[in-house]
Amino acid sequence: MDSIFIYCEIDEGAVVDVSLELLTKGRSLANELNCKLEAVVIGSNLKGIEKKLYPFGVDIVHLADEERLYPYLTLPHAALLSKLFTKEKPQIVLFGATSIGRDLAPRVASELKCGLTADCTSLVIGEHYDKKNKKEYKNLLYQIRPAFGGNIIATIINPETRPQLATVREGVMKKEEMDPGYKGTLNKIETSSTLTDAHFIVKIIERHMEKKQINIKGSQTIISGGYGMGSKENFDMLFDLAKVLGGEVGGSRAAVDAGYIPHERQIGQTGITVRPHLYIACGISGAVQHRAGMEESSMIISINNDSKAPINSIADYSIIGDVAEVIPKLIKYYKKNAK
Amino acid sequence: MSGYKIIVLAKQVPDTRNVGKDAMKADGTVNRAALPAVFNPEDLQALEQALQVKDRYPGTTITLLTMGPGRASEIIREGMYRGADNGILITDRKFAGSDTLATSYAISLAIKKLAPFDMVISGRQAIDGDTAQVGPQAAEKVGIPQVTYAEKIVSVSNNKVKVIRRLELGVETVEAPLPVLITVHGSAPQCRSRNARLLMKYKHAKTASEMQHDTDIYMELHTKRPYLEIQEWTVEDLNADTKWLGLSGSPTKVKKVNNVVFTAKESKVLGTTDEEIEELIKELLENHTIG
Repeated sequence: MDSIFIYCEIDEGAVVDVSLELLTKGRSLANELNCKLEAVVIGSNLKGIEKKLYPFGVDIVHLADEERLYPYLTLPHAALLSKLFTKEKPQIVLFGATSIGRDLAPRVASELKCGLTADCTSLVIGEHYDKKNKKEYKNLLYQIRPAFGGNIIATIINPETRPQLATVREGVMKKEEMDPGYKGTLNKIETSSTLTDAHFIVKIIERHMEKKQINIKGSQTIISGGYGMGSKENFDMLFDLAKVLGGEVGGSRAAVDAGYIPHERQIGQTGITVRPHLYIACGISGAVQHRAGMEESSMIISINNDSKAPINSIADYSIIGDVAEVIPKLIKYYKKNAK
Repeated sequence: MSGYKIIVLAKQVPDTRNVGKDAMKADGTVNRAALPAVFNPEDLQALEQALQVKDRYPGTTITLLTMGPGRASEIIREGMYRGADNGILITDRKFAGSDTLATSYAISLAIKKLAPFDMVISGRQAIDGDTAQVGPQAAEKVGIPQVTYAEKIVSVSNNKVKVIRRLELGVETVEAPLPVLITVHGSAPQCRSRNARLLMKYKHAKTASEMQHDTDIYMELHTKRPYLEIQEWTVEDLNADTKWLGLSGSPTKVKKVNNVVFTAKESKVLGTTDEEIEELIKELLENHTIG
């Protein structure tokens, strides 16, 4: 009772990154709340998977391992989770805000009649005083997320219902093993008493999964490089910064034409149009063709040697200087100041 | 073959994609009331999928279902101009303050009231909240399976629908039995434009509340052409339990809202010293531009 549960999503026999990130976050929340961290894994052919999860500080791994449970289908996964949560009564359940998590969590929340907050960017423990009912709540999960097209940041709470459910985007939390020798226990979920043929009425006929592809359009932070980057190798530091900030790397047409970066990452009129929260333009002069694809970004930072570059006229911040000098500093001070 | 009965769920939303200068307040925050109200983009794409089924299977009917204030009837007319056969507006002050769970409760009652039906089709998510929760939650409450992120409804036959889904790492083709709820992904085709003939036919379509203000000529028109009535359903019509509606039916509460402040595009010029870069990073972290 009162544990924190993480739904661990499976891709080809392994737990996906966002779930491991949530285990790391879940562990720190569990420490703060002085409760257990538990993981739920549903799939097939998963013998031994619990050993990969214990090092994240998982106290109990609940495992449903059956042929019919992979690839993911909504109904059987939802049925198993609803039953498990009704029995175990967790206080918090987290899902990755993936195609699967965003399909599954609302179905489960509806069945449990509990509150769910989508796409959280931050999770914090806090309190609440309900003025109307003069009631005080302690140890609530503050679910913080952008809303209204990113124009507001809302803090959502579920004062009365348990579990408190939330989905979290990949890359928002950091993935970190806690203790390679951490001792957890395994609970095998008995599926046959829950699942009937009615849970398998939706059938997958065909699947074409690609290797993890780049998702520039969906990224809220984009680091973009132009001809001014000078070489393909210099783009490496943009990838470093993107990795640290949880973003993606794009490029201008000139950079693509010069072969610094592949076409699939081109931003602009003949490439992709993006509207991230943050766009960092590195060594990009800011031709109209490029600006058309990014000028609606919420915040634009340009890094350029040339103080007269047209990109500066639409940038919120223009750093006048050498990209190679600025990027390492951005990484250094982000690491120093980020929580 | 007598076609299929389809319910399309749609929402009127503030156009958060185009926050122009007029919608900015002096303090740099967005004046939400100043944003134009539009047909939620993915719901329009959901309507297109329904229309394509109607094109292929004659006799198919499309009912547009929306929940909102009186003026949300605008999107029902928009849907009719494109080929929806009729529309229902769920509207009642008692729905105010509903979160996704309470909203899906109200919508599920309306769906059940419209039974029997073959498909419920909606957009994946609305651009004001981006939660993608109401579709799956309504499916659960109605007790039917869901197929999310549809890019194309390939075919309907033998009481089954075949759907191509767009996932983040690829595509999947699934087959689901009817009735089913399908949510449509932004990568699906855009909706066709208004049809001139349908525009003429439905331009006077109104809800009973809107008709109250009608002059006699239109009163007569509405009596003669009953298809011009957009039905309004209240809590009473849905026989809804108010415990599950509005604020009391909403487990999630908004504790706090911070406006994201956009400053005018007057570029701040920075140098490359450590102090300046650290200051910038702190500012970005503080205003949640980076996590």
